[in-house]
Amino acid sequence: MTIAAEPAAPIVALTGAAKHFGPVRALDGVSLSISPGDCLGLVGHNGAGKSTLVNVVNGGLSPSAGSVDFPASGATTALAAGVRSVFQELSLCPNLTVAENLRISHSALRGMNWRAPARAEIRAALDEVFPGHGIDADATVDALSIAERQMVEIAIGFAPRGTEARLVILDEPTSSLDAGIAEQLLSHIKRFCAQGGAVIFISHMLGEIFEVATRILVMKDGKVVAERAAGGFTRQGLVDAMGHVATEAAAAQAARVHGEEVLHTPEGLRARKGEIVGLSGLAGHGQAEALARLYLGATSSWRSPREAGMVFVAGDRGRDGLLPLWSILRNTSISILPQIAKRGLVDRDREAAVAAEWKKRIGIRTDDVTNPILSLSGGNQQKVLFARALASSAPVVVMDDPMRGVDVGTKQDVYAMIRAEAAKGRTFLWYSTETEEVCQCDRVFVFRNSEISAELTGEAITEERILEASFEMEGA
Amino acid sequence: MGFFARYRILLPVVSLAVLLAATFYMQPRAMSYFGINLLFNLAVPIALATIAQMMIIMVNDIDLSLGAFVSLVACITATFLNDSPMLGALILLALVLCYAALGAVIHALELPAIVVTLGMSFVWGGLALFILPSPGGSSPGWLRTLMTVKPPYIPMAVCASVIIAVVTHLLVIRSGLGTVLRGVGGNARSVQRAGWPVVRLKALAYGLAGLFGVFAGMALVGLTTSADANIALRYTLLSIAGVILGGGEFTGGKVSPVGAVIGALTLTLAASFLSFLRLSPDWQIGAQGAILILVLTARLLFTRRDAQA
Repeated sequence: MTIAAEPAAPIVALTGAAKHFGPVRALDGVSLSISPGDCLGLVGHNGAGKSTLVNVVNGGLSPSAGSVDFPASGATTALAAGVRSVFQELSLCPNLTVAENLRISHSALRGMNWRAPARAEIRAALDEVFPGHGIDADATVDALSIAERQMVEIAIGFAPRGTEARLVILDEPTSSLDAGIAEQLLSHIKRFCAQGGAVIFISHMLGEIFEVATRILVMKDGKVVAERAAGGFTRQGLVDAMGHVATEAAAAQAARVHGEEVLHTPEGLRARKGEIVGLSGLAGHGQAEALARLYLGATSSWRSPREAGMVFVAGDRGRDGLLPLWSILRNTSISILPQIAKRGLVDRDREAAVAAEWKKRIGIRTDDVTNPILSLSGGNQQKVLFARALASSAPVVVMDDPMRGVDVGTKQDVYAMIRAEAAKGRTFLWYSTETEEVCQCDRVFVFRNSEISAELTGEAITEERILEASFEMEGA
Repeated sequence: MGFFARYRILLPVVSLAVLLAATFYMQPRAMSYFGINLLFNLAVPIALATIAQMMIIMVNDIDLSLGAFVSLVACITATFLNDSPMLGALILLALVLCYAALGAVIHALELPAIVVTLGMSFVWGGLALFILPSPGGSSPGWLRTLMTVKPPYIPMAVCASVIIAVVTHLLVIRSGLGTVLRGVGGNARSVQRAGWPVVRLKALAYGLAGLFGVFAGMALVGLTTSADANIALRYTLLSIAGVILGGGEFTGGKVSPVGAVIGALTLTLAASFLSFLRLSPDWQIGAQGAILILVLTARLLFTRRDAQA
C-alpha cells in the first residue's frame, strides 16, 4: 500500500475519472494512483469496467469527468509518459515481420537503415522476457503461433522503443501462453517492478494475480469496490468481492421436469426438450463460437429443410440480426416465409396477421408494423428479433447474448416469454454475459478457454459456482 | 511454413518464365533486343498503373477509377504538357493532390473506396473528354525520346521494369514509412494506437497512387505519341489483376511491388502469346482471363498444401 510513503511521484494518477456511454456508466468515478514499483492486479466480472479503466489510463478514451495525470514524467499524453498496453485481442500487424511490428510503435527508428537496430531491439526484448523463445525477428507474424504472437506483443510492450517503458498494462496476457512461458512472464514482471517500473495486470487466473500483484483492485459496475495489498485478500474473499447478484429466482425452477434429450454436441453441450440451457463464463471464452458452430452446422446445408429445426436470436443486432432497410413487418416474417407462402408467393395477409399477433404478444411499441425497423428503440428492435425466432415452429432456439443493451422492462417481458415457450416444449440455448440471467436457467455450462469447465444444474446454479468455474482456481 | 508461403515471389516469376518460354518457342524471332522491346514496351505504363493500384490495395481499399485517371493524365500530357509545360505540370500536380485528398476523405468519412472511386471514374472520364473530345494531341519531345531510348544490351522496357521494381521495393518494403503504410493494411487500429495519424497515412498512400497513375499516363503517351479519352480504360482491371498475379492479396496489406511489376509483364505477354497462337481477337480477353484463373488456381493449391504441411 501507499502508506510506506513512496518518494517518487506516481506514474499515473486518476482523480474521479468517469466514462459514460449514453446512459451507461462504464466507469463511475475512479481515483487511483500508480507509483514506480507497483504491480496492480485488476479483477472484476464481465462489464465491471476493467477495459474502460485501462483505456482511460492509456489514452484510448478521454474521461467524461475527472482527470488523468502523469506526474512522474509531466507528460500530457499516455504515450509520452511511457504507458504501454498489451491488449487481450491480438493487435499486431499480421502481414509484417516481428521487427517491422516494432517499427510501427517505435517512431524514433528513422532513416533507411532502421532494420538492424529494430531486429536487435526486439531480439533483446524477447530474450529478456522469454529466454529461449526461438522466435525469428524476420518471421512474418501470421506465420507464428498464437502464443508466439502474444509473446512478441508483450516483448514490444516492454521494449525501450527510444524512451522507456514506465507502466505496462497487460490485459489477460497469459490466456494463450502455456504454463512455462507464463511463469517466465510473471518473473519478468517482478523484475520489472523491482527496477522501478509499474504494471497493471488483468487476469482471470487468480493464482497469477496473487503471485505478482502487490496491490489488488476489485471492480464492479464501473466502481472500485475493494483495493488492498495482495496479502489482504484470500481467494474466496476475492471472488466474494467481485460479485453479488441477488439470485432469488434460482430455486423456483428446480422442480420442472424435462423431456428427452434433443441435442448433444461433441464438445459436451446437452439440452433436453423444454429446457433453458445457459452458457456462461467470462466473455470471449468460446461461448458465442460454440453456439455459432452448433447453429451453422444444423442449418447451413444446401438442401435446407422446409421448416427450420433451429432458430437464432442475435445479440449483435447490427451484424447478425437486423435487415436495416426493411420494415418491422418484414424483419419479423423473414423466418417463416417458406411456411406462409402459397405456390412460392408470399401470402401478404397471413404475413400481416403473424406480425400483428407478435406485436401484441411481445409488446413491440409501434403504431404501425410497416414502419422501418430503425424507427424502433434498441430494446424494441431486439423484441422484433425474438418475435422472428419465436414465430417459427423451430423446436430449438439459440440465443447469442440477446439482452445486450436492452432495458430492464424489456428484459422482464422477454424472460416471461422465454419461460412460457419453454413450458410448451421448446428448448433454449442461451449465452449471456450477465450472471443474473444465467441463474434463471435449468442447466448451465460454464466455458473457460473455449472448453466447458463446469456443468451446473438446479440449485447448484449460483453466482459463486459460476465465478469459480470461470476463473482458474489453481489448487483451490 | 511451406516453400511457397515463404517465397511468395516465386510463383509470379515461374508464371512469367513459363509464358516467356512458350512465346519464344512459338516465335523464336522474338528472342532479340528488338523483339523483347516490342513484346514488353506497352508493359511499362501497365506496370506503373499496377504499382498505383498496389498502393491503394496496400491500405485495404481498391481503385476502380485508375483506368479513367490514366486516360485523363494521357490527355493532359498530350495537350497541356506539350503546349505549355508549366501549366501541364501544375495540373498533374493538382491531380496527385486530388488523389491524396480522396484518400483522406475516404478514411475520415468512412466511405467505401469502391463507391467513391467508381464515382470518380466518371469525373476523370468526363474531364478527359472535355480536354480531348476526339483522339489527338501529341507527345512532348523529351517524353518521346525517353520512352524510345535504346540502352545498350538491355531493351528499354526491361530496364524500366527493373527500375520501377527496385524503386518501389525500396519505398514500400524497405523504408520505415512504407512499413507503416503496410501496417495500415494489416491492422489499422494497432497503427493508430501506436500514435500514427492514420488519415495522413491513407492520404499518403492515395497520393503515391496518384503519382504512379500520372507516371503511367505519361509513359503511355510517350509510347503512343497521341492520346484519347478512352485510351487506358482497361487499365483498371489489368492493374488489379497484376497486383493479384504478383502475389498480392485484396486485404491485409500483403503486397509485393516486384511481384506487381512481374504481374503486369505477364499480363502484357499473355496478350502477345495469344496473338502468336493465331487466336481470334474475339477470344483473347477470355483466354487472358483463363491464364489468370490458371495462375491463381496454382497459387491457391500451393498455399493450401502448405497450410496442411
